[in-house]
Amino acid sequence: MDNRIDVLFREKKENVLTIYFPAGFPELNDTLSILVELEKAGADVVEIGIPFSDPLADGETIEMASQKALQNGISLKLLFEQLKEMRKYVSIPVLLMGYLNPVYRYGIEQFCVDCKAVGIDGVILPDLPMREYRKNYQTIFHKNGLKNVPLITPQTPVERIEELDKEEHGFIYVVASSATTGAKSGISKEQEDYFARIKALQLKTPTQIGFGIADSASFNKACEFTSGAIIGSAFVKAIQNGGELAVNVKNFVEFVKVIK
Amino acid sequence: MDKHRSKYLANEDGYYGDFGGAFIPELLQHNIDELKANWEQIIESDSFQKEYVKLLKDYVGRPSPLYFSQRLSDKYNAQIYLKREDLNHTGSHKVNNTIGQVLIAKQLGKSRIIAETGAGQHGVATATICALMGLECVVYMGATDIARQAPNVARMKMLGAEVRAAESGNKTLKDATNEAIRDWINHPTDTFYVIGSVVGPHPYPDMVAQLQSVISKEIKEQMSQLPNYVVACVGGGSNAAGAFYHFLDNEEVELVAVEAAGMGVETAETAASIAQGNVGFIHGSKTLLMQDEDGQITEPYSISAGLDYPGIGPLHANLYTQKRATVMNATDEEALQAAFELTQLEGIIPALESAHALAALPKLALKPTDVVVVNLSGRGDKDMETYIAKMNS
Ligand SMILES: Cc1ncc(COP(=O)(O)O)c(C=O)c1O
Repeated sequence: MDNRIDVLFREKKENVLTIYFPAGFPELNDTLSILVELEKAGADVVEIGIPFSDPLADGETIEMASQKALQNGISLKLLFEQLKEMRKYVSIPVLLMGYLNPVYRYGIEQFCVDCKAVGIDGVILPDLPMREYRKNYQTIFHKNGLKNVPLITPQTPVERIEELDKEEHGFIYVVASSATTGAKSGISKEQEDYFARIKALQLKTPTQIGFGIADSASFNKACEFTSGAIIGSAFVKAIQNGGELAVNVKNFVEFVKVIK
Repeated sequence: MDKHRSKYLANEDGYYGDFGGAFIPELLQHNIDELKANWEQIIESDSFQKEYVKLLKDYVGRPSPLYFSQRLSDKYNAQIYLKREDLNHTGSHKVNNTIGQVLIAKQLGKSRIIAETGAGQHGVATATICALMGLECVVYMGATDIARQAPNVARMKMLGAEVRAAESGNKTLKDATNEAIRDWINHPTDTFYVIGSVVGPHPYPDMVAQLQSVISKEIKEQMSQLPNYVVACVGGGSNAAGAFYHFLDNEEVELVAVEAAGMGVETAETAASIAQGNVGFIHGSKTLLMQDEDGQITEPYSISAGLDYPGIGPLHANLYTQKRATVMNATDEEALQAAFELTQLEGIIPALESAHALAALPKLALKPTDVVVVNLSGRGDKDMETYIAKMNS
């Protein structure tokens, strides 16, 4: 079977909306419900965060949500349990995103095998450098049909981006600014120049912009340059304050997808 | 710098055996690449060497004495020397490293310095050099540590640094390090992160070890024979790295690293990262760290803020795995006893961290002919509150 990420981007070249939220949040067993509601509401891709005690690249919103999820009792083992029947209800691409340590502790090979078993399409591990990935883990990922989505920043040299473009990564995660998640919102002129530079590279790999995308204005702006954009902190804020989950999810996706 | 490179030091990729590397998000890659490409060249340059050596001599007061402790020697029936890093300006070994890193930062054209600190010694040493060189300085410190190391907080402020509290986790060194790394991510061009120990992504562990290696270089010059033991406490492991560095290839010298056991290595209230740890990733380095079965980093505990860290530098993880170093530990209580013992026998009040190294003395099966060097990494002024509480208990 083709990887769902590849299939999606083959069919949909623009305005791909990807939503991130941490597993086990706001309540321990909300993971699958949120996923289902996101697909229903019209999200194109979902990234489920694997909560970690020390999320270095995350700002306050996601850090607090991760803490809450861990207090709720989430673990990687339990997450795979929660996602066991996921493919009965969800057909959009689903990725897991997290820090290396919990995955390493779980066993990287076992992790990949379990990802495949529940129907995960890709993985984002920001603190696993591409060099280490290529040397030690690429074969295991490929064997289990998993994409390893790389991050690039305004400082990433063009040669490295072109090298990534030669490989099969599903998409390239374009970090909007040099900042932790949720630290900045809105898109500056400088960022637009950077996005334009990426666009001008005419990569064969689809790109999505993330970090600081928070509403329809920033989503639509990002989509002028890339196949889509990723929203994390703003979605977490939308679901963290109680209320009906399904309604919160639906409202949020509608709020972002407003046509300009 | 020495041309011969010990097999126990980092290889070109920053690995110590299976440990080390640079496991960092792409957001930091540019900074790390910049440092990696330049630091050795800067350190080896004549201008750096001239300034570094001069500051170590005239500003820090190096070489630090190697003091023969007659009364400890009598008590433990061996020949015990103390390497007096406590006599350095700012009161610990940390300044050897901060002078070097701030000079490197200046060479790289950085205008803003950030640091993490546990006991406050690294924060003070960083703030001091920033005052000297007229650079902006922000120090992250866990809220718990701010409370238990008040004198050092006041010193940093007087020195012109901004002290920012880390409020997550146990609010100690690990949490301060997380905040410093986040700050660095958010300031990708003008900021240099001065890491306080042999931890973090490559090239930090290698660079900090090299800057601290002056300790063992001097010990070698100050002794007419090789010691049988070199003993040092390990938090992240920088004073130990400095004390071991030039002895790494003298396999007959037993290197003893002493971890903080807190309430005991078998308890949950401990900071013994090697005794309790498993292989994993912390702050950009593959090493041994305290974690639960889900790979969440566990909160450490030690009476000593400088040792209250759940990981260990990759150099030490490898020295332990290769059996090149002996790893011991000391509880809060043993460290306190050792601190009072040194004070009463020699009139030297040690830092709580250094007291852990002293606490290993009764545990080494010493012979009268054994020559032991204990690295006295710092002085105890900052710990007076803890010592006063002990006296009143
Ligand atoms: C006096 C002293 N010794 C030792 C340490 C522990 O650090 P390291 O293990 O890097 O030497 C500290 C840290 O704050 C310290 O202040």
